[in-house]
Amino acid sequence: MSPGTLLEVEDLHVSFATSRGSVQAVQGVSLSLDQGKTLGIVGESGSGKTVLSRAIMGLLPRSSTTQTGSVRYNGTEILNAPNDDLRKLWSTHIAMVFQDPMTSLNPVLRIGNQITEPLKIHLKLSKGEAKETALSLLMQVGIPSPVERYQAYPAQLSGGMRQRVMIAIALACAPRLLMADEPTTGLDVTVQAQILDLLGQLQHDRDMAMILVTHDLGVVATRTDEIIVMYSGNVVERAPTNVLFKSMAMPYTEALLKSTPRLANPSHTRLTAIEGRPPDLLHPPAGCPFSPRCPYAQEKCHREKPPLVEAAPGHSYACWFPLTAARPQEVTA
Amino acid sequence: MSSVITDDIAEIKQEIDAEEAADPTKKKLGVLFWICVGWIVLVAVTATIANLLPLPNPDLGNYNSVQNGGPGWGHLLGTDDLYRDIFSRLIYGARVSLVVGFGGALIGLVVGGIPAMISAYRRGRIDTALNTGSYVVLAFPAIVAVIAIVSFWGKSLFKITLVIGLFAAPLIFRVVRASTLSYATRDFVLAAKALGASDTRILTREILPNIMPTIVSFGLIAVATIIVLEGSLAFLGLSVSPPTPSWGNMLNEGSSLLTGAKGQTNPWLVIFPAGAMFLLLISLNVVADKLRAYFDVSEIKL
Repeated sequence: MSPGTLLEVEDLHVSFATSRGSVQAVQGVSLSLDQGKTLGIVGESGSGKTVLSRAIMGLLPRSSTTQTGSVRYNGTEILNAPNDDLRKLWSTHIAMVFQDPMTSLNPVLRIGNQITEPLKIHLKLSKGEAKETALSLLMQVGIPSPVERYQAYPAQLSGGMRQRVMIAIALACAPRLLMADEPTTGLDVTVQAQILDLLGQLQHDRDMAMILVTHDLGVVATRTDEIIVMYSGNVVERAPTNVLFKSMAMPYTEALLKSTPRLANPSHTRLTAIEGRPPDLLHPPAGCPFSPRCPYAQEKCHREKPPLVEAAPGHSYACWFPLTAARPQEVTA
Repeated sequence: MSSVITDDIAEIKQEIDAEEAADPTKKKLGVLFWICVGWIVLVAVTATIANLLPLPNPDLGNYNSVQNGGPGWGHLLGTDDLYRDIFSRLIYGARVSLVVGFGGALIGLVVGGIPAMISAYRRGRIDTALNTGSYVVLAFPAIVAVIAIVSFWGKSLFKITLVIGLFAAPLIFRVVRASTLSYATRDFVLAAKALGASDTRILTREILPNIMPTIVSFGLIAVATIIVLEGSLAFLGLSVSPPTPSWGNMLNEGSSLLTGAKGQTNPWLVIFPAGAMFLLLISLNVVADKLRAYFDVSEIKL
């Protein structure tokens, strides 16, 4: 572990016990994150990115999940740690911004109460101090007339405002690591950019590490230092952001990028959808999990699961026939 | 020029008025609500301070007055078979209904509601066990069970309240459990957990305010139902012993005087306690319904 490493995840497996069998939602994910850096986790719905981020935080229900591997925060093992220990970490060290700002705020409590609560519990601030801090936080996240909003109920705020409030709550106790689980999915595009810029700026100001979970490669392109691409619970490609966009190796990464609308394209250009569906995690395919949908899939892909190998320094991928390599004759033809 | 300014001012005023009209903190409860609250408070206050009011003894007749007399100046609501003042008995009788009703509901809320919240939040085996247990108790007709227990354990006010309260508990358990369940898996509960809130804090600060409207309105309806149950018990002679008045045993005594020879009937003896009970029950139901709507901040319009 290098000295600046804040979070280190090693071979993390998460499985859910269901009535139809066990679902392998995360299958051996390893990652590390340095202080002040940003990691993007990208993948489509059901790829296990939300489960991964919740497992890292320790938020998954213990009774119905099995979690093995290792999650070290600042050198301390926190996977399967008792709730009482995690509670000391949550909010003051690791905080999370949730996906849907419409449901992540308690509808019957005033905004002010919801922001001051963690300040009072963790930082032991008095009522007055907590209110002062809360108002300054609301100001920092760009909420106009914070004094009035402090008294408002969530239903009286727009989606973008609510997400700003969620960010203010998450940042209240100055965490070292912010987990943002699709923080902009529930918002419209103009607001998305504002929220992401806000997150980036706050992260910079506070020298805070961030894990940005999203399905949108466009979101992570300019805002992350490193990207992990997940597919069906596996890391299929991992690279520094600039390397990934320059020389992506995994066909799935390429497919994800192609399915993102681009302004440079002429209007009415059809988006390239990824054919088929994500695999059933109860019965994962024998070979590469992406093989049933992969346009370049070969015999070998259906049979054997490719390991995640580090091909260039910092750049690893799990693919038998990466895009960067010379393509076999029958495919390019 | 000046007309433009006055127009502007008028426009701004209209906007302010519109804003005030839309102000969610100014939700109205309505006149009916306050009339109903008024009736409940009136019954409760007079029953509580009955001793201080200039009322004739409810248990002893005044043999100088008329037997089974109708409403009049001497006896506001008339007298019964034993020359007792019906008005006085009605007010003292309210004590039994109120104590059993509110006391029973309170016991039910404590015994049924608190375990329900914890059980629904924690889930697991204890939840399954408690849930099944509540079904078993509910499958047994409460009135039969209460009659059986009261008839051999005794029929003091305390025992009746306790027994009815315990039998109300599983029903309250089910209602509170169901509404806790619907909030326990919400994102904001997970968000609170991720902020390091303890389970106790999540239950009391995050979930309780959300299920409070349900608890208050269902609690008041439970009060109303329990008052009817006590009335039925009293009508069967299984509630507090005479001569202590209760609305139920007044109905019981009055029912024999509904028909009979001329001069032997006294319908007032039934009309007044039945009317008082009817008004109390309808008030409880109206208040419960209006409060539920009032507390529901999620219904706030923008």
